[in-house]
Amino acid sequence: MKDRLDQIKKDALAQIEAADALEKLNDVKVKYLGKKGELTAVLKSMKDVAPEDRPKVGQMVNETRAVIEEMLEATKTKMEKAIREEKLKQEVIDVTLPSKKSSVGHRHPNNIALEEVERIFVGMGYEVVEGPEVEYDLYNFEKLNIPADHPAKDEQDTFYINKDIVLRTQTSPVQARVMEQGKLPIRMIAPGRVFRSDEVDATHSPSFHQIEGLVIDKNVSFSDLKGTLEEFAKELFGPETKTKFRPHHFPFTEPSAEVDVSCFKCGGKGCRFCKGSGWIEILGCGMVHPHVLEMCGIDPEEYTGFAFGVGLERIALLKYEIDDMRLLYENDIRFLKQF
Amino acid sequence: MNTSLSWIKAYVPDLDVTAQEYTDAMTLSGTKVEGFEELDADLEKIVIGQIDKIEKHPDADKLVVCQVNVGSETVQIVTGAKNVFEGAKVPVVLDGGRVAGGHEPGQRVAGGIKIKKGKLRGVESYGMMCSIEELGSDTNMYPEAPENGIYIFPEDAEVGADAIKALGRDDVVFEYEITSNRVDCYSVVGIAREAAATFGKKFCPPVVTETGNGEDVNDYVKVTVENTELCPRYCARVVKNIKIGPSPEWMQRRLASVGIRPINNLVDITNYVMEEYGQPMHAYDLDTIVDRHIVVKNAQDGEKFITLDGQEREMDKDVLMICDGEKAIGIAGIMGGENSMITDDVKTMLFEAACFDGVNIRKSSKRVGLRTDASGKFEKGLDPNNAKAAIDRACQLIEEMGAGEVVGGTVDVYSKVKEPVRVPFDADKINAMLGTDLSEEQMLAYFEKIDLGYDPETKEVIAPTFRHDLFRIADLAEEVARFYGYDNIPTTLPSGEATAGKLSFKLRIEQIARDIAEFCGFSEGMSYSFESPKVFDKLLIPADSELRRTVDIMNPLGEDYSVMRTVSLNGMLTSLATNYNRRNKNVRLYELGNIYLPKQLPLTELPEERMQFTLGMYGDGDFFTMKGVVEEFFEKIGMKQRETYDPNAGKPYLHPGRQANIIYDGKVVGYLGEVHPEVADTYGIGERAYVAVIDMPEILEYATFDRKYEGIAKYPAVSRDISMVVPKEILVGQIEDVIAAKGGKYLESFALFDLYEGAQIKDGYKSVAYTIVFRAKDRTLEEADVSAAMEKILKALEEMEIELRK
Repeated sequence: MKDRLDQIKKDALAQIEAADALEKLNDVKVKYLGKKGELTAVLKSMKDVAPEDRPKVGQMVNETRAVIEEMLEATKTKMEKAIREEKLKQEVIDVTLPSKKSSVGHRHPNNIALEEVERIFVGMGYEVVEGPEVEYDLYNFEKLNIPADHPAKDEQDTFYINKDIVLRTQTSPVQARVMEQGKLPIRMIAPGRVFRSDEVDATHSPSFHQIEGLVIDKNVSFSDLKGTLEEFAKELFGPETKTKFRPHHFPFTEPSAEVDVSCFKCGGKGCRFCKGSGWIEILGCGMVHPHVLEMCGIDPEEYTGFAFGVGLERIALLKYEIDDMRLLYENDIRFLKQF
Repeated sequence: MNTSLSWIKAYVPDLDVTAQEYTDAMTLSGTKVEGFEELDADLEKIVIGQIDKIEKHPDADKLVVCQVNVGSETVQIVTGAKNVFEGAKVPVVLDGGRVAGGHEPGQRVAGGIKIKKGKLRGVESYGMMCSIEELGSDTNMYPEAPENGIYIFPEDAEVGADAIKALGRDDVVFEYEITSNRVDCYSVVGIAREAAATFGKKFCPPVVTETGNGEDVNDYVKVTVENTELCPRYCARVVKNIKIGPSPEWMQRRLASVGIRPINNLVDITNYVMEEYGQPMHAYDLDTIVDRHIVVKNAQDGEKFITLDGQEREMDKDVLMICDGEKAIGIAGIMGGENSMITDDVKTMLFEAACFDGVNIRKSSKRVGLRTDASGKFEKGLDPNNAKAAIDRACQLIEEMGAGEVVGGTVDVYSKVKEPVRVPFDADKINAMLGTDLSEEQMLAYFEKIDLGYDPETKEVIAPTFRHDLFRIADLAEEVARFYGYDNIPTTLPSGEATAGKLSFKLRIEQIARDIAEFCGFSEGMSYSFESPKVFDKLLIPADSELRRTVDIMNPLGEDYSVMRTVSLNGMLTSLATNYNRRNKNVRLYELGNIYLPKQLPLTELPEERMQFTLGMYGDGDFFTMKGVVEEFFEKIGMKQRETYDPNAGKPYLHPGRQANIIYDGKVVGYLGEVHPEVADTYGIGERAYVAVIDMPEILEYATFDRKYEGIAKYPAVSRDISMVVPKEILVGQIEDVIAAKGGKYLESFALFDLYEGAQIKDGYKSVAYTIVFRAKDRTLEEADVSAAMEKILKALEEMEIELRK
């Protein structure tokens, strides 16, 4: 019996060794270990073995089985590994072939700039609010210290709907609307469309966007305005950015200023971009005029504040080096895709 | 406003700065210098030479050879100029020097032209004699210069001296942006005062002396001001025995430096004082004035008047006129009349320096259609106290220049004297406003520099009448700030209680709309809020449609921009067309912008502004692509109910068989569809185009950021497929409505998996197949649960004459 088992083992191992495919390995398995296999046949013939020898024979059969199984498994693993390697070799691709992109759309450069500005001010605790684009003359002018017949009214080339209703020429009326609600302190920015009767050309559009900023609280000072806008400029144009405040005049602020930032193209040395001056004008600002506060029901003895207004297109054109404002309203996909 | 540096220095003699230093410092103290021009930028090595000898050129008829004494030496110069003569003193550019341009007017060359010694037709020439054009100016500004010839200096010119200096070209002209609150800075004196304060130098304004003979002006002229509102002050003086001639060189140079052409002594004095004091004046020939009586009163409606430029103009009753005893002789503050203008034979002149209401001048100037230097100044609102100072200054110049005999006294009709404003001063308040820590003395020193008075008794700052922008403490704070220096003010951040920075819910939803549109391949466009009323015809919108009730602009840029849009599609279709025209393929655009719906017409309150989320596309994709974008968006903003689509949207600009209202919770929240081929043709879009418009205010009611976790299903789902033969006119939406309504509480989802019309299906029918999925949260469903639900669905479908295929 032992010889027979040795022979089976010897034959099986030889055949396993000779197998060159997984199927052949399987054949070996079936031939020796299967239900009709040779080892099974040995077990079946146990009835011919003397009962006292049966455990011993059983053990021998199991040992033989284990050896064959082990060999089968090891060979299978080896063979599978070889097959996988062969497959991987065949599956090599040219990774430099063109990519397959899902074509995602693009934000308008105005809105990319706006969201940047919003991010900065929201981070500083400002609420983003909106106001009507078709606005009362009262809010657009009078409550901002621009009474009837004020020259600034002419300067702004207003579109009129009727004598009391205009297309807002600035986002500043939102200031008056928010102040009137009387919820203090105020920290807000108000982005939106504004309108002036300028003919369309490379630097003008009858419809453009501004972002108004307003802070009203106790003890707000001009130095706070400077600090805030300096921070804003650094966030928007980079930490190296310097700011310059120049005295100016707006009817609704006093003192007023225009703000220049150091040219982010040349760093202030002077280049074509900043017309050689090293500075680029970006916004107007000032301390809210006490009369404006009074008109909105806020006591200027108790509260002070500052306001600023930024032209969104100006930021977008500067930041993205767009040389013609008309591109912003043509919506040519080849333009929009660049942002 | 322009001034030359030399003119400023006339009143600030100690000023010693470069043009750039002046520009920077003045800008930082509030007088913004927009730019400057150095008149001698392109002039180099140019001296006054005297021609000693002129000989013929041996080889050229048109050239002569001159020996020119340039002070240190005598050089030989060949010239083709015709006007040179022996003894003439001329500007000579020496070898290696530069001139500004060619000898024809307007031939300026950027960077100038280098002059080198050389040979002209074989004869050595060591420089060039210059025309006024070559020196960068022209005969308008230097009326004594010959046309087409070398500039000739007066005989007393010093040989060898700097010719650039002698011509006043060693100067810088600054251009300022003066803000509307600083009317006083529309004058050289006003800017000089700021310059003196900025640089801490002494300010020396002109000293005006008593003028006039022993006569009394009241014997010459009478003035009546009927409308004192519009003419708060009228000053008149008389000059007799007028001798018209050129003004002195210094005055001509100063006028030329700011671009005013010298004419004669009278005109030049008027212009000079207008620049110097900022006060326009007018001169009348007194002999033309009937009754020698000036009457200031309003014009009649429709009154015609010929101004001194020879134009006839029509007035209305709001225009203020200067009249004599019987007729109008000038439009107040705008332009004098032809009938009273100064001519070369004038003997006696009436000088007028008045103050007119700025707003009225601005309106009149618009009405009459005439804007002049004078009206430009008056409309800013001038200081009446300056009028008298200016007319006295002008008379002083007349006497100094010997242009006539000034009659003693002034007729001065000054109804309401303008007094200085007193502003309470409080250094602590100013420091609090600015965030500074300046002493009272420091602040008062700043005020003193700009001629603001101070009353220590009452602690009030006294603002002179030329500063009509100072009323309250904030105004004083600005004066302190600009002389302390905006740059020196510290930078801090507001220290008050913290506030939460945030976007409104509406803005957050709009951001998601942008994100979704972009994920789906749409790029953001922007179009104008106003458009042409013709848009409605282009969109096939019927004549009686509500959409044609628009908010109209009274003064539009043109018809194309005259009505506020009531429908958002025009901008989108125009943009798609632009792209189509430019051969851009597969274009997808979206826009978030308002439409403007009037609540009533004519407008008495603000129109309703409704934000529209508009999507448009052509190229890859179809109706259902667009529908997918809409549904992605709704899902993202928490609108979990099933939206339905009503094909009877009634949009005339969309394909009648390919449009639908988007309905959510029973409400129309938008629409979508294929652009009507006729509309696409009109716009010039040569492919099928699809649009969707979502009315954002409707959406906002349903949108939410609340999310609740519902658990991941633990028990298996059971699915059933049904296949139907359906009459063509039944929409799958109707089938879905039935499944949704009858599916019962275990219905989880359903999905169309087959739709077929054609060969094997009978005419007028289509084959439709759905997979319906059921699931219970708490147990494995029994066959009976599912069958019961299916039975209800099938029964309801059969009632719709839908045939089930077993």
